[in-house]
Formats: sequence, C-alpha cells, structure tokens
Amino acid sequence: MLDKVLLSDASLQEIDNELDKYPKDRRQSALLAALRIAQEEHNWLSDELIEYVAEVIGVPPVRAFEVATFYSMYDLKPVGRHKINVCTNISCMLRGCDQIVNYLQNKLGIGFGETTADGKFTLKEVECLAACAGAPMMQIGRDYYENLSPEKIDTILQALP
Amino acid sequence: MTTVTIEVDGKSLPAQAGEMLICVTDRNDIYIPRFCYHEKLSIAANCRMCLVEVENAPKPMPACATPVMDGMKVFTRSKYAQTAQQGTMEFLLINHPLDCPVCDQGGECPLQDQAMDYGSDDSRFLEKKRSLPSHDIGPLIATEMTRCIHCTRCVRFGEEVAGVVELGAPGRGEHMQIGTFLNRSIDSEVSGNMIDLCPVGALTSKPYRFAARSWELQNHPGISPHDCLGTNINIQTLRDQVERVLPIDNPEINQCWLADRDRYSYEAVNSEQRLTQPMIKDGRKWREVDWETAINHATAGITTVLNSGSGNDIGKGIGGLAAASSTLEEFYLLQKLIRNMGSDNVDHRLQQCDFRDDNIAPRFPASEIQIQHYNNLAAVLLVGSNIRKEQPLLALRLRDGCNKKGTKISAINPVDFDFNFDTVESDVAAGGQMVRSLATQAAHVAQIKSAELPFDIKKIADSNPGFEQTANNLVAAGENGLIIIGALAQQHTDASLLKAISQWICDTTGCKLAVLGCANSAAGWIAQCVPGDNGMNAGQMLGQNGSAGLRCFILLGTEPELDSIDGKSALATLNKAEFVVQISAFKSASVMKYADVLLPMAAFTESAGTYINCEGRIQNAKVAVTPKGEARPGWKILRVMGNFLELNGFEQITIDDVTEEINLTDITPSCRLVELQFHPTLSSGEKSTPDLMESDSLIRVVDMPMYRAEVTLRHARALQQTADNPPPAAGLNPATASRLQLNDGNRVKVQNQSGSATLELRTNDRLAENCVYVPAGFMETTDLGRHVRVTVKKIE
Ligand code: SF4
Ligand code: FES
Ligand code: FES
Repeated sequence: MLDKVLLSDASLQEIDNELDKYPKDRRQSALLAALRIAQEEHNWLSDELIEYVAEVIGVPPVRAFEVATFYSMYDLKPVGRHKINVCTNISCMLRGCDQIVNYLQNKLGIGFGETTADGKFTLKEVECLAACAGAPMMQIGRDYYENLSPEKIDTILQALP
Repeated sequence: MTTVTIEVDGKSLPAQAGEMLICVTDRNDIYIPRFCYHEKLSIAANCRMCLVEVENAPKPMPACATPVMDGMKVFTRSKYAQTAQQGTMEFLLINHPLDCPVCDQGGECPLQDQAMDYGSDDSRFLEKKRSLPSHDIGPLIATEMTRCIHCTRCVRFGEEVAGVVELGAPGRGEHMQIGTFLNRSIDSEVSGNMIDLCPVGALTSKPYRFAARSWELQNHPGISPHDCLGTNINIQTLRDQVERVLPIDNPEINQCWLADRDRYSYEAVNSEQRLTQPMIKDGRKWREVDWETAINHATAGITTVLNSGSGNDIGKGIGGLAAASSTLEEFYLLQKLIRNMGSDNVDHRLQQCDFRDDNIAPRFPASEIQIQHYNNLAAVLLVGSNIRKEQPLLALRLRDGCNKKGTKISAINPVDFDFNFDTVESDVAAGGQMVRSLATQAAHVAQIKSAELPFDIKKIADSNPGFEQTANNLVAAGENGLIIIGALAQQHTDASLLKAISQWICDTTGCKLAVLGCANSAAGWIAQCVPGDNGMNAGQMLGQNGSAGLRCFILLGTEPELDSIDGKSALATLNKAEFVVQISAFKSASVMKYADVLLPMAAFTESAGTYINCEGRIQNAKVAVTPKGEARPGWKILRVMGNFLELNGFEQITIDDVTEEINLTDITPSCRLVELQFHPTLSSGEKSTPDLMESDSLIRVVDMPMYRAEVTLRHARALQQTADNPPPAAGLNPATASRLQLNDGNRVKVQNQSGSATLELRTNDRLAENCVYVPAGFMETTDLGRHVRVTVKKIE
C-alpha cells in the first residue's frame, strides 16, 4: 500500500473521467490514459509513479509496468522540456533522415535517449509517425515538423522557449 | 454441443464443434509440438510451434487456436506443416543460449526435445544473440531469463490459476522480458508450479539447482503428508538422497499442481538437524547409544513411572502424543502401546483447545464434498479458515469455481484474509465475536427457512445483523453449498460451538459440511489416536487450563512447545515430567532439555505408511529412500517398544501386518456430530466491539503460520525463507494501534496472564479491531500460552 499521494486532484479527477468510459469490471482499460495523465503531470514515469497509477486503477503493479514499457511514448527516464522524436523509418530514411539525425545530434551534442545539460531538449528515435508524405519528419511535443532540412531545424529549435 | 467429424492425417475423428484442434489430437494421441499451450491455461497462441496444415487454409494454422469445423482436413506431418514447424523452431533458437549442458532443464526440456525433432543442426543466424540479466526472485525459483521463449505460461498461471499477478512481460518485441515488478520476490504459495510449466530452463527449482540430471533420478510415487488432501507426489532420488519432489497428476485430488509446501518440504529430510543416532540423557549429559540401550532406557523409564502408580491408577500418568502428519500405522501403534499399558491418554490434536464435543464426535474430520467438486459449488462459507494457506490446492479449486461457475464465497474470520478468490461477504470477527457472527448467520437461515432457532444459538446471535447475503446464498445453494470449518475455527476456544452451529445451518439448509483437519488427522481419528472416555486429551495431558498434566510422555514426531497452540503449558508440563521419550526425525534444543531418550525416526520419504484424506480416500506411500543414519520407521520403533515392554499384540513383521489390524471399513466422509449440543460459549464477553473500547485489553488472535505447523516444515530451509514465513510480529489494526498510540515498527510487549512476548508491531488493516495477531509456532511467542485477553505496551 502506498500512503503517499503522487498525483494532483486534477489528474486524479481526469483519471476518474477515463475510468467512467469503461465498465466497472474493466478498470484496466483506463491504464493507458492514466499513465499518460501521470506522465503529463510529472514529465516522466518513475517506478514509484507507475506503482501508484496501478494502485489507483486497481491492477497489480507489473500490469502497469508492462504497459508503460511497451509504448515508446511513455518516458521512463526524465526528459527535457522539449522532446524531439525523429522518425528513422523507411520513408524518412529514403528521404535522408540520417542527415537530419546527424545534424540534430551534432547541434545538440547528445545522442538518442539523451537530454541536453540545460534540460531543454531530449532526442528520441521513433518509428513511422504516419507522416511519410512529409518525410523526413520529427515531432516535438504535440507538433509535427515535416520536410526537414538543417536550416529548417535551426529555425524550429530557435523558436522554442 | 454438436459433434462434428474431422480428418487428421487421414484418420477421421469425432470432435465437439468449436473445440480447439489440439484438444482433439491430444485426445487421440496424435502428437503436435507446442510450448505455450497448456490444458489448464488460457490460449495465448504466441509460440507458433503447433502450426499444422489445414486444407484450404491460406497459411499454416496454430492447432491450439484453431477451432475444429465439420469436414476439416488437417495434416500434422505434411511437408508443408513440417516446414512451418521447423521455421518456428529456427526462430525460437535464434536467441536461445543453447546451454543445455549447464541447464537443469536438460533432459526434461520440451525445447530440447522438440529442437531434436524440428531444429536444424546448424544456425543461419550470425548476428549477436540477445542476453538478459537474471534476478533473484525469492528462495524457491531460480531464473535464467536468456533461456525464456516468452510463451507466457508462467504469467498466465499467476493470473489465472494462482490468482496473484507477480510475473509479467514488460518491454516490447526484442526487448520483452519476463520478470516481476522491480524484481520483487514471487510470494505465491503455489509458485513452484511455474517451474513445471516453463517449457525451457528459464525457471528452475532453486533448492534443486545443479543437484542432479533428470535422467539419473529415480522416481518414487508418494503422498504429501502436509494437508488433508493427500496430494500425490513423485519423490525423485539420486544415490539414496531425495533431490526433488514433483506432482503426480491426479485429476481427483491435486490435478497437475503442487503447493510449495508439498514441493519443498523434502529439504528437511536432508537437513543438518536430523536426529540420526539414538541418544539418552545420563544425568544432564546426552550421549549417543545403540538402539538396544536406548529402547531399554526408554522402557525402563516408562516402567518406573508405571510402577509408581497403584491400583486403578496404573498407567494413568503416562500419555502419548503424535504429530498430525504421522501415518495411520504410527497413530495406531502409538495408541495401542499406550492403551496396552492401561492408559487412555493418547491424542494428536495439539492445535486444539476445546474438546467438549469429543463424546459426540464423528469418526473423523471430513469433507462431505469430494475434492474434485470444490470447483462446482454454488455457495461456500468459510468459518475460521485461511484456506489459501491451509489447503492451497483447495483454494485453487474454489478460485476456479468462483471464476467459472460463480461460486459465492463468504468468510467469517478474525482476519480479512487476502484470498485468491472474490468473497461476497467477509465478516471480520475475532474471539467471541466470531461465534456471534456465525450464530447470527444461523438466525438469518432460521428466518428464511421459517425454522426454529435453537435457544442456545438465539441467545448468542446479534439482534442487529449485517452480512445478509451469506445466509441467502447458503439457503439458495442447498446441497450445492458448503460450510468449511478451518484451522482457526478448530483452534478456537469455542470450537465445539462453531462446529455445532455450522452443523445446524447445514441441517437446516441442506448444505454440506467440511471439517478440514490438519495433515493426516483423519487417519489419527480412524486409528483411534484420540482419548477414550477415561482418557485425557492433548490439552489436559499438556496441562492446559490449569489441569495437572502428565508425568510421562511418549512423543511421536511432535515438539509440543511449538506444535501446540498453548506452547507455554506444554513446555512447563514437559519440563517437569518425570520421563519423556521423544521419537522424532529432528533434534532441537528445547526437546533436549525435557526429553530423556531420543529415538531417531524416519522422515516421511523414508517410511511406508497409509494416509487418509478428507474424503476418506486411503492412499499408501512407499519408502523412497533409506532412513538417515540409524533412524527407523516410526511404526517399527513403536513395535519394538511394545516388545521391550512385554506387551501383547506387537508381533507385526511388516507394515501390512499393522495396517491389517486397523478397521478401515465403512469410511464414509461425514463430519456430523452424533447429536447437536451447544456448549455455552467460553469466550462470550470477548466481543471485539464497543465494550472493549474502554479497556486496554485486546483479544489475541492466534494462528499457526503455514510453514511453522510441523517439525518437518520448520526444518525446510527454503520454505523458511519465504514471505509466507515472516518473523513473528504483533499485528494490530491501524485504528486500534492509533487508539493505543502505537506505530508500525514499534517494539511492543504483548502481555497476558501467562506471560509476555516482545515483538515488533505491524499494522494490518485486514485484522479485526481491538485484536492483536500473534502467531504460535515460534519460541518467541510460546510464553503467551492460550490466554485470550492481552495487553500491548510500547517499549521505549
Ligand atoms: S519464463 Fe518459461 S514459462 Fe515464463 S514465458 Fe519464459 S519460457 Fe515461458
Ligand atoms: S517513415 Fe517517417 S513518418 Fe512514416
Ligand atoms: S502451442 Fe499453439 S501457438 Fe504455442
């Protein structure tokens, strides 16, 4: 039993709203959403937080852990203010994502899965984000940036707070 | 269900429409390889080893997940099927370490066997193999996760059968990895079954690690002595040493499962604490002697006590106590020995303290429902039973029934136990309140059935009842309902009353009754290892409730200071007894203090004997290994003692001669009292509710933890390290703790009339309020005896 409360009332309320969407004996269905809500509040999912979410939903902790480790959009380590997801799947690869990746890594001085020292950027490699028509592409936060070139990247990153 | 006909490899076979192909082929002995499929688990269809060719199907089909259809044509060994199976095998072996020579599973490994049949002798995979760290997940299971093929049998077992989700499959694709959350330990009481289920060497038995190769082992069918099921075990030995215990599939009893208790208790047999040489006490010093000297010493001591009695008193000062896990023959010869000496003092019920219904007792504690029907009940009421720890495999059946047939289970317990099935109602009541709760259910039943409630029940019943569904469910279930009297009820100071009220409810509703005795207790009763009309029961012999206690004891496989719920009286009586003969497989410091002779007895794997389970099923166990050192089977020791004491009737040569003497006819499993008598409650006034709020005193809830209840289990090394065997602590409901201004982790002194124990406090919100839970079976808590009222004070 966890006696610490790790989520704000607002987040807990949001999880409750998600739970309402499913039958009473299918609380596990809300796990994906609950983990997302927890991540949004805390920036990343610590083991402690995953266990807490499991408790809120009423499933064994390993069940929540399975979900959290299955989807790459959950962050199991702290991430920077801006999470840059670069697609390296086939269409983007054909359209030169290697160059984009190189440029980003050199510019930020970090590799995949790393965060800049100032805590501003985290770089992640992802599979196809279904924006092949605009390849090569990347996602920052909730926004997609397509038809990338080094110059374009400079402008995009500069504009970020 | 409609029957259809399918054709497999040219043979036409009948099948049920909709059943999976693999069920049909298994039934007809047509072999299909598999890893993830298991008869007792849900279908995952994730290993793809069972691919077969189905006519007109566009691709190979997994036999475990393909429902049969009329006229379906299947080929299990066609070129097409074999190519598919070989393909699967090639993929499975890509990341497998192929370390069979250093793997305990080697020789009994489905992956190894099937790789021989479907694998290639060379790998086309030149890339780097994936390897994974293995973590310590407790004392029972060793892990080597690089070998795992992700069949998820272990995960499904936890979720579906055991009812605790401990293992999971975090990660995805190549990164998926079977494990527990944060590598926590696996604590289920039936966890060892995952070892049997794992088709590779990823999960193996930790105590058995590197002890033997499977092909060197010899198999000896046996019976597990630890609960009233008579679980069928395969005792595997190497060079006359027990190396492992596995289940023998018996659909009527244990199916293919084993409780960890049955699986790992053998470690005690090989323990350092075994008594291997007869010993006698000369003055205050112990010395090892030969058998003849030891038995002469024993019988001389007994004779001295016998001769010091006079007239009618001859023999009255002597008594015999047997462990509940003794065999039928041991029970029988012990009582015969005692009775032939003119005494009626013989018993095996060390955990019991209310014996008021002995004169109306049934022939043996039994379950009126057969074990195999525990999955099919409509309603169950557990009275003082932590069935999950008492009879773990019965709990699995109740769970199955609850999930598949909707069995409505209720409980009246001092602790809201964490069962692996759902309860409809759980009445948390300790001490006298437990009797009251049961009486209240009886009152409900009387009302629903318009039956007349016996006055004795009425006066205890609560006028302001809760928990209404339980009685309704029992009435609705009728003969498909069951009341289970568990160990906590049988240890209760008002056990006779709990039994009588339960019986009245059963009589009135038509429900069945089960008194689940500990270990081989049914055989103890049938062999009459219980006192007769003139005899003393275990409690009286050991000086409980102010009785004087005996002067001379023959103890068979029991250490009463730990086996008795009132260890304090037991120890005091034994310490002042004039002569104590201990026949046991183990040595212990406390026994060496009070005993005068130690006779080394064979352990359960070393002796033949008969076990009778709660259904009255008679099963014989054979010798698996030679007794250690000079140890001898219990029945032989007792017989020779009979000879040395010059008693009649001890001429048996084989164990069968002993068995033949025992009346085993008409063993019908009925546990009804001959007549209903409602003894006045001894624990009235011990209501755990308001009136106690004022006072400082609490009710002690006693329990015998699952791995402390027998001397054998206390010496089983790995079991002793499990989470089910925590060091003794004082459990307190958080509300009660805060009323007493105590916190979790405090050192507290628990005190009552007989003594005290200093323990760490553990708050537990599953415990009834105004109670303190202090387990028996530990020297640390013996001093508290059986007095129910206790106080708890913080030690600064
Ligand atoms: S550990 Fe064994 S049983 Fe569990 S998934 Fe892996 S191979 Fe299957
Ligand atoms: S491959 Fe990059 S978005 Fe589809
Ligand atoms: S046994 Fe059929 S897919 Fe595993």
